[in-house]
Amino acid sequence: MQQIIKFFLRNKTFLLYVFLLFIAVVFTIQSHSYHKSKFINSANYVTGGIYNSVNNLSLYFNLESQNLLLQEENARLHSLLSTPNYSTSLSFISDSIYSGISYKFTPAQVIKNSYSVKNNILLINRGKRDSIKQDFGVITPKGLLGIVDQRSNKFATVLSILNTNIKISAQLKNTNHFGSLMWDTKSPQVVQLNEISKIAPLKKGDTIVTSGRSVIFPKGIPVGTIQDFRLDSAENFYTIDVKLFNDMTNIEYVYIIENVDKTEINSLLKPSNE
Amino acid sequence: MNNNVLSYSVQFIVLVLAQVLVLNNINFLGFINPYLYVIFILLFPINNNRLVFLMLSFALGLTIDIFSDSGGIHAAAALTITFIRPLVLKFCFGSVYEHNTIKFKNVDFGAKVIYFVILIVIHHFILFALEIFNLKDIILVLQKTLFSSIFTSILCLIATILFSRKT
Repeated sequence: MQQIIKFFLRNKTFLLYVFLLFIAVVFTIQSHSYHKSKFINSANYVTGGIYNSVNNLSLYFNLESQNLLLQEENARLHSLLSTPNYSTSLSFISDSIYSGISYKFTPAQVIKNSYSVKNNILLINRGKRDSIKQDFGVITPKGLLGIVDQRSNKFATVLSILNTNIKISAQLKNTNHFGSLMWDTKSPQVVQLNEISKIAPLKKGDTIVTSGRSVIFPKGIPVGTIQDFRLDSAENFYTIDVKLFNDMTNIEYVYIIENVDKTEINSLLKPSNE
Repeated sequence: MNNNVLSYSVQFIVLVLAQVLVLNNINFLGFINPYLYVIFILLFPINNNRLVFLMLSFALGLTIDIFSDSGGIHAAAALTITFIRPLVLKFCFGSVYEHNTIKFKNVDFGAKVIYFVILIVIHHFILFALEIFNLKDIILVLQKTLFSSIFTSILCLIATILFSRKT
């Protein structure tokens, strides 16, 4: 027994080092898997507060470009509204319980952006008290941004599309061929759309939108345009380089999307026990 | 003693804030960032309690990690250079270190540069290896280590020259 205690005392520096290194590696591995970084994230009172107050200052420097973005979005929505045969409710149900809305949008502000590392995570100023939950989608006025990950009372982290841990289902706008969006970490302007079938008609400049196959994003959120495409090594599927509509380095105002019917859809999709 | 604790706490906070609010957003040529906070570990007094020093550097790394949502990569890298610092000190300064009379203010400049560069390269290699976490991209790890190390080393040397108190 005495020998063991002596051993510990003699090697206490090394043992402490190994112990702390183990903790650090565990945190690192957690950060490399989806929705696992529970303890180490910037959505907490201190870091969120500091980023928020700094963002309140830096906000003024890009007001002009952000205003232009919002104006562009308004113009697009106006033109949609004045299109004569555009109607939001094709099958209107007159019922006070059924509201006809299946997606709720919450405006938010990005207070910390990141685009240069492998797993980019953003911080937004909405959290539990705004009833934001994990797996809500986040979009900008121009297109897709990411998925909500961890949250505190006032803040939430968003896994950006520039993150190797997430896959988002997307499709071609003019046909229904779909695949999954991933990022190869090369450029913050370009993401990859994989598993598009070989027979899909592709042209450079075609638009890619979200497919609505997952319960996170509605169908038709713009993602980007085809920059380049090639067949994969097995020659069965296309890999497409998609140039994003968003400028990922300049993001301020975003919308959080909540799918109201999510629990219902999930319970339907869940394989029944029988 | 109290004065020392206070001055190191201020240094800790200032370095963390400078790192997360300014230096993490430089992105020179797309991905090159300096990690100036390692200077806290590089210039920490020699005659210290090693256990306290290990825990301090772990806390420093973890604080940076929490701010930048990076898991535990900074903590692991900072911890490792803290652990191997005595070896590198012995290698760079030799007898001066053995006699425990070392003062960073008045050591040979060349030896100091070598000491800085060795620890910074090790720190950055561990940092990027854990960040990228994939053996396939080892070239990318080495590339990032090289460029960021140059950047950090220059910044650390400038900082030591600027903030060294002439007494």
